[in-house]
Amino acid sequence: MSDSFDINQIQNIIDAGIPQCADIGVKVHEMDEGGVTFRLPYDEKLAGNPVTGVLHGGVITTLIDSASGMCIYVKLKKYIPIATLDLRIDYLKPATPGEMLYAHAYCYKLTEKIGFVRSVAYHTDRNDPIANSVSTFMLRSSATPPLNEVSESMKKV
Amino acid sequence: MDMTSEQFLDVISKARETREWKPVFEIIPYFSYLGLELEECEGRIICRLPKDKKFIGNPVLPALHGGIVGAFLETTALVHMLMTQDVTRLPKIINITVEYLRSAKLEDSFAEAVITKPGRRVANMRVRAWQESKDKPIATASANFLVS
Repeated sequence: MSDSFDINQIQNIIDAGIPQCADIGVKVHEMDEGGVTFRLPYDEKLAGNPVTGVLHGGVITTLIDSASGMCIYVKLKKYIPIATLDLRIDYLKPATPGEMLYAHAYCYKLTEKIGFVRSVAYHTDRNDPIANSVSTFMLRSSATPPLNEVSESMKKV
Repeated sequence: MDMTSEQFLDVISKARETREWKPVFEIIPYFSYLGLELEECEGRIICRLPKDKKFIGNPVLPALHGGIVGAFLETTALVHMLMTQDVTRLPKIINITVEYLRSAKLEDSFAEAVITKPGRRVANMRVRAWQESKDKPIATASANFLVS
């Protein structure tokens, strides 16, 4: 199994190995030493307010949680099983209906067992965020195969 | 979206009178996406998230995506607010902290919220989600909502 972090490979891993991300349309936007950026196209079916069409906060939670987990893989340069321990999100302003949503996540501290992550969600400017988040992840959370192998086996199903 | 604020609040106040919340759940797109259902028993308000393969975050365990669990907790808090408080607009979430306690299996999930402080401007809430037994929560959350 390749350990390279090719952006296309990671998109395939998400599409086959993380059904919820595939279902709402999460895409890998950028990925480097500075962290990962995911994007999510606007979809009316994910709105939380039927009057304004503003996305439900839960959708932002899913995008941020996904990007936050992925940035740990990037930092580790391998796919070990991880699990979210806790996640705090401050909703700073509503997302604009119709606009692409981005989430950038950065793992600022990694210990043997825990990863600490900061993340922001935004439309165009990372310094003008819609939501700010901090989260912690347990590393090697289960004795299951790593995400990339899971993704491969899911494709064969 | 082709609904006015007044129409939406009408649907909510009608639901509060008739105690029939299905119409509210049906007009909030993300509630429909979740397939959210309501179970009211002995005055308690319990939300149910039916199991669905599209919610999976880890297909091996399999486990529901942490984002979906967080979304379910947030939604349950909002439902509790709508049903128990005399809201004049849709409460806005300020922040939420989710603690993940057990991996959420591919099963129906349940959640219940309590208002820890029903302030005039901000309401503080606690939410707990579980699957087979309420004594074994899969996740808890605390959240603040702007109510006016």
